[in-house]
Amino acid sequence: MTTGIQSRLFPASLKAKSARAGFLFVLPAVGLMMLFLVAPVILAFSLGFTNAKFASPKDPEFVGLDNFTEMLSLAQVSVAADPSDENVAFDNLRELTKPAAQTQYSGMQVLAESYNDGGTQADFTIAGDALFWKSLRNTFVFAGVVAPLQGGLALALALLINSRIRGKVFFRTIYFMPVVTSMVVVSILWIFFYQKDGLANVLLDAVIPGYEPVAFLAEPSLALPAIIFMSAWQGVGFHMIIWLAGLQTIPGELYEAATVDGANKWEQFKAVTWPGLQTTFVFVLIIISIQAMGLFTQINVMTKGGPLDSTTTIVFHLFREGFRKNEIGYSSAIAIVFFVIVVAISIIQRRLTRERD
Amino acid sequence: MKRKFTLGLGLQYGLAVFFMLLFSLPLLFMLSSSFKNPQTIFADVKSWRAFFPVGEVSLEQYAGVFERLPLWQFMFNSIFISATVVILGLFVNSLAGYAIARLKFRGQNVILVFLIATLVIPFETIAMPLLVLVNSLPRISFEEGTIEFTTGWLNTYLVQIAPFVAWGFSIFLFVQYFKTIPKELDEAAIIDGAGFFAIYWRIIAPLAGPAYATSAILSFLAIWNAYLWPVMVVQTEALRPVQVGLDYFWAATSEEGTQWGEIMAYSSLITIPIIIIFVVFQRAFVASVASSGVKG
Repeated sequence: MTTGIQSRLFPASLKAKSARAGFLFVLPAVGLMMLFLVAPVILAFSLGFTNAKFASPKDPEFVGLDNFTEMLSLAQVSVAADPSDENVAFDNLRELTKPAAQTQYSGMQVLAESYNDGGTQADFTIAGDALFWKSLRNTFVFAGVVAPLQGGLALALALLINSRIRGKVFFRTIYFMPVVTSMVVVSILWIFFYQKDGLANVLLDAVIPGYEPVAFLAEPSLALPAIIFMSAWQGVGFHMIIWLAGLQTIPGELYEAATVDGANKWEQFKAVTWPGLQTTFVFVLIIISIQAMGLFTQINVMTKGGPLDSTTTIVFHLFREGFRKNEIGYSSAIAIVFFVIVVAISIIQRRLTRERD
Repeated sequence: MKRKFTLGLGLQYGLAVFFMLLFSLPLLFMLSSSFKNPQTIFADVKSWRAFFPVGEVSLEQYAGVFERLPLWQFMFNSIFISATVVILGLFVNSLAGYAIARLKFRGQNVILVFLIATLVIPFETIAMPLLVLVNSLPRISFEEGTIEFTTGWLNTYLVQIAPFVAWGFSIFLFVQYFKTIPKELDEAAIIDGAGFFAIYWRIIAPLAGPAYATSAILSFLAIWNAYLWPVMVVQTEALRPVQVGLDYFWAATSEEGTQWGEIMAYSSLITIPIIIIFVVFQRAFVASVASSGVKG
């Protein structure tokens, strides 16, 4: 970076001045980040190994990996069952998992169950923290569906706006409006739409003959899909702009050359557009996934994790444990696992997309 | 050039209009319903009237919200917090950006790497430990003319502002932008005997308008829409920002039969101004979002 002129202009006294000014100028920003970013990260990694409680007079105790074993432990157990009385299986299981049992399964909760041998045997999947696993699953389902849905739709919108139609600025503005609308407003608005007598049902009723209205957010199988759709609706405009910026970096001559070669629209897309969008693709994929992994606002406003834990997510779980139950130690352990997953996802996505080139 | 109207183009317009309806109708519904009482809202749901302020419309719902809630206070809180974060942030982050882009000092590269590393930390990871941390920080309060020293930042403006002033992404943006400004400008100023702060303040900063706009827009949107953090650190109604106020209002009324008209009035009041600002400055908005893609 140093040019010849610059080194001549930078005599020793000026160098010292520059060094002092540089230090002073970065100090406010770096100081604030040390306090509000680095210190909490260090704190998360230390509290995660303790039984700290929020605002508790007792000092936190070091508990080693206890939080992580509780969070991550999973087991399969089989117990005798009675086809005519479903309580039998659960009573037998309780014998194994009750705290007084002192078995390795003490304190574990049911995650899933299935019956075998004509209902005489019950297989249970039990977990130290069943809610954690449900949260993990829901979060992955959400991210796994939202990333392609929102990213793909955003690309479609970007291509549409980049096409020959008139009124590009008008359409772009409309498509972007939900992005500047806050997630709390969007969530409450869509609670109305998703009611039994709300707009979604009215619309579906008009399209599908013999349709039965449902309260989307009260239905365990529909609540998460409903939140997925709404979230994609809210966020898609943001990524459309990023795709548009990517599209503008592709030189027009490439399209001209492709047209001369007689390529149709789809062939042009495959040969010119898509290869030109590789960096944008990686970026869009990573930011949508990471945003999606942090799913919280919609859940806390719309469902509080319900119905039947069908919308509980990792961040909602760590919020519930840390903020509602004051279990700061355990909550920090969840945060560490969350952090590891997020970093792993961005590394994997970067790798995968690099290999394809 | 005359455009040929083809089937393909017709299809494109069809799609464009379909998506226009998909993205605008919910917001039109929100605004229209804010002028209707709940009975009318539900009566209108089954027709096109749901999306237009027609029939029995009034400003009663707005009057109701202001009667029920200290909404002006909530709005003041959000505006004050967002404005302070944006203004302090622009100064602190651009100053750091200037030092990294233009000056030479020890640890410069380490700091740049550190900044990039901070970008991968999701706020959700540190929210809980940050709560513990701010709860143990010293607090100076002025009450009835006396100064009091206590502990814990909960229920303050400070706790909603301080953690978000320094922002790695913003610094990074300024570094990138400042590097595009010709070095000769600084050199000429140095020969004239100007100090580094004067160079930053009088020469470099005025040339970096777009970087300031981008940083301001992105951080304003993030703070105005913040939810997780204010839910955790503010219980006092007087310090509540608009988003949390709306959530609490909705939760409180949903038990006694939701006041949908008033909810929509509240939602419109905190959404429509932002949408208007966006439409007016949309070139800057779009540029700022697009530039957030550059860092990949």
